[in-house]
Amino acid sequence: MNNKRPFIEKFFTPIVLFTLFLMFAAGNIQAQDTVKAVKDVTADSLKTETKAEKDEDISAVILHHIADSHEWHFWGEGKDKVAIPLPVILYTKSGFVTFLSSKHEEDEKGAEIFTEKGESLVNYEGKYYYPAAAKYENGTYVKVDENQVPVNEKPLDLSITKNVLALFISVALLMIIFLGIARSYKKNVGKAPKGMQSALEPFILFVRDDIAIPQLGHKYAKFMPYLLTVFFFIWINNLLGLVPIFPGGANLTGNIALTAMLALTTFIITTVNGNKSYWGHIFNTPGVPWWLKFPVPLMPVVEFIGIFTKPIALMIRLFANITAGHILVLSLIALIVILKSVYASAFAIPFALFISAIELLVGFLQAFIFTILSALFIGMAIEEHHADEHH
Amino acid sequence: MTILSLNPLVSPDPGLFIWSAVSFAILFIVLRAFAWKPIVAALSEREQSIEDALQKAAAAKEEMARLTGENEELLKQARAERDLILREAKKMKDQIVGEAKETAQREGARMIEKARIEIDNQTAIAMAGVKEQVATLSLEIAEKILRKQFEDQKKQEELVEDLLKKVKLN
Amino acid sequence: MTGSIAGIGAGLAAIGAGIGIGSIGGKAMEGMARQPEAANKIQTAMLIAAAFVEAVALFAVVVAFLTK
Repeated sequence: MNNKRPFIEKFFTPIVLFTLFLMFAAGNIQAQDTVKAVKDVTADSLKTETKAEKDEDISAVILHHIADSHEWHFWGEGKDKVAIPLPVILYTKSGFVTFLSSKHEEDEKGAEIFTEKGESLVNYEGKYYYPAAAKYENGTYVKVDENQVPVNEKPLDLSITKNVLALFISVALLMIIFLGIARSYKKNVGKAPKGMQSALEPFILFVRDDIAIPQLGHKYAKFMPYLLTVFFFIWINNLLGLVPIFPGGANLTGNIALTAMLALTTFIITTVNGNKSYWGHIFNTPGVPWWLKFPVPLMPVVEFIGIFTKPIALMIRLFANITAGHILVLSLIALIVILKSVYASAFAIPFALFISAIELLVGFLQAFIFTILSALFIGMAIEEHHADEHH
Repeated sequence: MTILSLNPLVSPDPGLFIWSAVSFAILFIVLRAFAWKPIVAALSEREQSIEDALQKAAAAKEEMARLTGENEELLKQARAERDLILREAKKMKDQIVGEAKETAQREGARMIEKARIEIDNQTAIAMAGVKEQVATLSLEIAEKILRKQFEDQKKQEELVEDLLKKVKLN
Repeated sequence: MTGSIAGIGAGLAAIGAGIGIGSIGGKAMEGMARQPEAANKIQTAMLIAAAFVEAVALFAVVVAFLTK
């Protein structure tokens, strides 16, 4: 039963096939989309602004592409814009306020106050704030600090943003896929897997045999649902994030709120399941000289901070890896505009394709690493330590 | 407030956090109940059944090997028995043939001996008959010769005289 | 301007992490070549160790973001 092949080898062929399948779509459409967007921006900026400001604009475009948004933007700017407006749900001082994002999108500088259900609000760069009492000298109702970040109070934004919609789509996809697979498992009991079932069974077995069992030992069954859910959730969102057309393209796993949620879940599971030896390990680390614990509890403090840095590292690792990949692809395509030469695409497009392909592997790898580290932390919390064991 | 002056990339958005927590919780609960449990159970069940089947196959193979061994043993025995029987039969045949040959030889020799004796007897008888005949013939011849010789008187007398002379000398 | 200084810092951190991950990968290869039957275990351990080293570089990147 124990498959000795390393997992990269095991999944090499499907990943490569999938990569080839996505490469054209990813490369072409993303390139089109980005080039258009960047061109629009640079066309505007070139007229009046200096080169430094143009560079600023390109990084703004890139940051805009990987950030969350109240609409699902396809292409075009201004009047030619093609986008799906998404519902805005705000929890304001006077209760819930809902409207469609297209209703108040003309002004994004916080210059005009609009009123919804008796609540005055302004739109500043796609986010909604309570306006200040009077207009500031720059013509807006929003005050910004030295880093151009607004300091106005804002309502709790529970909108169905682009990322939230992408989240719903991925959740629906996962449910369709795995409930379907579960049905086929029930239907052909004891038979060889078929179709989607046989495509995903190696990954389920991979999570069980290469992640859960080595890290958790015989108690693995209890944590299998969480590990499987996390693995497939991250993986499918990583892949969808690389698809530039509609159902994909949202930078969901590259959003720190989502990775924070996942890391917090792992943290809660680890903390709740921590047994006596786990806490003993933290507050009274065995095998450490006594003067590291008393009178200054140096080791306990370090270990205690470790409880929190581990999930924070999980959160930042996933976020930074996925975001870095997106920024890299977008930057390579933006090179065409920065160098102002169509010939730059001869260099930029193959590189963007190459990075996209690498990102497919990274998408799988990060899902694997998040899952195996979660399993590792949970394993550390539930491990039965022996008296003489220390590290 | 430092937390507000964070880069928007690294400041978690509470709305997305809440939505993702809710969705993930729902996803986790639904998949745990309706997908992971049956899938994991089905997988381990199938593995169990495959393992059982493999074990059974191994046992059957062993049994087969045992039976084959037994068969071979039997076959070997049968072959040995056959060989033994054949060898014995050959020996017996050789013996019978040898005996027959010997008997025939002996009989032949006896018959030849007998024939030889008969021939000898017959030869002896024949010789005896021939001798008799020769004697009879000789006598007859002698008689005839004597008769011829003693036809004239003178010669008879001469002879008697001669004979008498010889007797006198004696 | 603080952004670019933070960028230099992030670059330095990337150098450190690069050396670290390179050495992890190299040693893992050595180990796998020496004991191919343990390749699976070594690979998993290698990825985990690389992830920990990488986390340091990522912290640096985040610090670069923060100080911009």
